[in-house]
Amino acid sequence: MENLQKTPLYNKHIESGGKMVNFGGWALPVQYSSIIEEHQAVRERAGLFDVSHMGEIRISGPGALALVQKAVTNDVSRLSPFQALYTPVCLPRGGVVDDILVYRLGPEEFLLVVNAANKDKDYAWFGELAVEFPGVSVEDISTQTAQLALQGPRAAQILAGLTPANLAPLRYYWASPDVEVGGVKCMVSRTGYTGEDGFELYCPAEEASRLWDEIMSAGQKEGLVPCGLGARDTLRFEAAMPLYGHELNENITPLEAGLERFVSWEKDYFIGKEALLRQKKEGVKRCLVGFEMVDRGIPRQGYAIARDGQVIGEVTSGTQSPTLGKALGMGYVPVEYAAINSELEVIIRGRSSRAKVVPTPFYRRK
Amino acid sequence: MYPADLKYSKDHEWIRVEGNRGTVGITFYAQESLGDVVYVDLPQVGDEVAAGESFGTVESVKSVSDLYAPVSGKVVEVNQEVIDHPDLINKDPYGDGWLIVVEMSDPGELDDLMDAKAYEEMVKES
Repeated sequence: MENLQKTPLYNKHIESGGKMVNFGGWALPVQYSSIIEEHQAVRERAGLFDVSHMGEIRISGPGALALVQKAVTNDVSRLSPFQALYTPVCLPRGGVVDDILVYRLGPEEFLLVVNAANKDKDYAWFGELAVEFPGVSVEDISTQTAQLALQGPRAAQILAGLTPANLAPLRYYWASPDVEVGGVKCMVSRTGYTGEDGFELYCPAEEASRLWDEIMSAGQKEGLVPCGLGARDTLRFEAAMPLYGHELNENITPLEAGLERFVSWEKDYFIGKEALLRQKKEGVKRCLVGFEMVDRGIPRQGYAIARDGQVIGEVTSGTQSPTLGKALGMGYVPVEYAAINSELEVIIRGRSSRAKVVPTPFYRRK
Repeated sequence: MYPADLKYSKDHEWIRVEGNRGTVGITFYAQESLGDVVYVDLPQVGDEVAAGESFGTVESVKSVSDLYAPVSGKVVEVNQEVIDHPDLINKDPYGDGWLIVVEMSDPGELDDLMDAKAYEEMVKES
């Protein structure tokens, strides 16, 4: 763990018994008690995650809107201040550079929340694009910023006890700036990566420990538990939310990944638009599907997907779903095999095991 | 955590010997390192296993690990309960979480295994 990057909550994780792992160069807890217990806590009560490894890039100044519009596939011009959207960022050939959250902070000011592993690449990419927009500044504010995610059906109740602000009316994908939470000034957004109601809180790095303690102690009677990366992955997987490096990479387009609703065709221009339009016209050849194992076995990333003994694709994510109690996976297959109930085979350590295509998300909160 | 009446392999399996038969499972340390066990793949009664070679797999939420036989021989019993309820491996690794019973073909192989004290030392150092 010595030479890994540490979030401002590193000591907190050690104190709380977090089982630390190397996650893309970051020392982060994979679990505290058990992945399944933490997963269930988020589905039934609430969980608190340290997601400070995520990158934050601030883009501001005259031309910021034009720059962000050019770089992302979704339409950020329709955002009001403190509204957010999810969007892919594409290469000219349509492959996904990263999938990010964009917050509009003002008419010409945006906060981009990017994947930790892609942060340097994104920063360089936006910096390169900014050359054409001389009034725009692109700042990497990742190290100054800590991010906590409070997720689960009791998240709103827990937060209500910690702040004089009324966050109940805060809508999904909206944020509230300058909210005092346990005495720490935060930006609070109603977003998350678990399929549950919840909030993401951004605060100065030096305040992160205090904020963590305040939330943990306020949440105690609601059954709040600290959660690691393991539960974060199983939760997002059940909600069929893509994970960069699994469902997304530079050779996969948003159309193949089933993310067309985050592509704004009305926009005059964005990087990758021509390539994506061409693909839409020709029709995608492969697409992301969710599947359930019929035979015993758990699908894992990298396992081959076959049909009649011929390899037709690859598993991008898979696990035993803690909520549904089934072995489930996601992967890319040619569109002719993508229909619901279509039969697939997953090659698990050399053995062909039957699976069938099922609708996603696997889990949807009621 | 490491019962004295068992023998241990460097691959974190234990064996409880009765006559020429040995019951095999994974150690407390192994189950703790894995986390929540959600799947186990075991051989069938009648299959042959060889010391140091894989005889099945155990999977946690996050990872897949091979199971290595501590001794060679024929599988004479398989724990069906643990196939249906893999979390028994976490709950009771030396009891209800046992995996298979092997009829040993070469009991001399037991001499290559560790006693509880030696195994505990090895785990401490890892």
